[in-house]
Amino acid sequence: MSVIKVILIIILTPLAGGLLVGFDRVISARMQGRQGPPILQPFYDVLKLISKETIEVNRFHRFYVYLSLMFIILTAVVMFSGGDILLAIFILSLGAMFFTLGGYASWSPYSVVGAERELLQMMAYEPMMFIVAAGLYYVSNSFFVSDIISQSKPAIVYLPVVFVGFIYILPFKLRKSPFDLSVSEEANQEVVQGISTEYSGRALAVIEVTHWYETMIALGFVFVFFAADNKISHLIAVLMCLVVYMFEIILDNSTVRVKWQKALSSAWIVSGILGIVNLTVLSFFNF
Amino acid sequence: MSINKKSPWVLHYDATSCNGCDIEVLASFSPVHDLERFGVVNTGDPRHADILLITGSVNRQSIPVVKQLYEQMPDPKVVVAVGICATSGGIFKDCYNVVGGVDKVLPVDVYVPGCAARPQAIIDGILKAASILEEKEKALKER
Repeated sequence: MSVIKVILIIILTPLAGGLLVGFDRVISARMQGRQGPPILQPFYDVLKLISKETIEVNRFHRFYVYLSLMFIILTAVVMFSGGDILLAIFILSLGAMFFTLGGYASWSPYSVVGAERELLQMMAYEPMMFIVAAGLYYVSNSFFVSDIISQSKPAIVYLPVVFVGFIYILPFKLRKSPFDLSVSEEANQEVVQGISTEYSGRALAVIEVTHWYETMIALGFVFVFFAADNKISHLIAVLMCLVVYMFEIILDNSTVRVKWQKALSSAWIVSGILGIVNLTVLSFFNF
Repeated sequence: MSINKKSPWVLHYDATSCNGCDIEVLASFSPVHDLERFGVVNTGDPRHADILLITGSVNRQSIPVVKQLYEQMPDPKVVVAVGICATSGGIFKDCYNVVGGVDKVLPVDVYVPGCAARPQAIIDGILKAASILEEKEKALKER
């Protein structure tokens, strides 16, 4: 039973993630007054990349992205099977770490600059991830996702301010403007393609699929905030995931990329203030 | 229709063009013409690209650059010469500093003449290049 569940998570997560990315591309195009690609375009892209030649820059270059994909898949399995949210956050950052190492592996200046920016991004968003985990533990006395989403009231009731902080750092994870410094669909004006500059063919397809998993994991955190023990709240949580994703698309199309100094300092200030205020108020009322 | 034809990614390089054709290439990605509706993405990276769009008559200094860009692209790959300068050299054909046409340097698959080439013609050229891409992929598989 649990084996089937794990296999389903591994297969369905990227399918849903790819559809979301395709939806994002269509919506973005409509916002710019264009018709946009078909909604299945991300799948076409990945299938094409798999059939293309994969140029190997050096031996460890491709190894790191495959490793990164494996850890991200593990995160998705831990997260969506109701496992430990703290463990999920740790493996997620391990996956991001290997992706960064993949950027350093080829000595292209663009991918090295992308890797340095990715490290800065990790520094910027990690504190908020731990505040989210701490807040969720404070509300439900458990780090397990299955326990957090089976409380009588959803976590958002106690952690609205932490949730706002989480929305602030979400563009880092979704690789969207204003925080799409290292890799993005539109970064080619600045650092060519950042970390993925030297990747081609199958390795690039792996990077795309990793991104689909990451998108779903990021929305999984949104789900955890809104879900409670009744089924209606689960439906509302899924709807809220879509609303948040829509908000991110609008944000992506209406903002410009910020400099890394601003990205880092604002993320720390926002997560510090919002996180500490929310957790202090919670402990003051000591519900 | 194979998958390859549905997502041709384009790398655009300006080899001594007057910028007229470059503006038209970018115009074909604009809301009016919207090349992305065919799944075309304007990448800035030869490693990701399937189609190399070259504008301009290719002067001596840009020969190594053009060759390097072509070599960095993964197989299968297609070259499209955009504008009359890239096709044959145009009015600069007899200049001492240009080779006159991309096909003196690289194997060109699709020629899009015009001064400047119209966005409709460029879109047509890119889609033709996508079907050549499909043929090349079949040939690669058989080998």
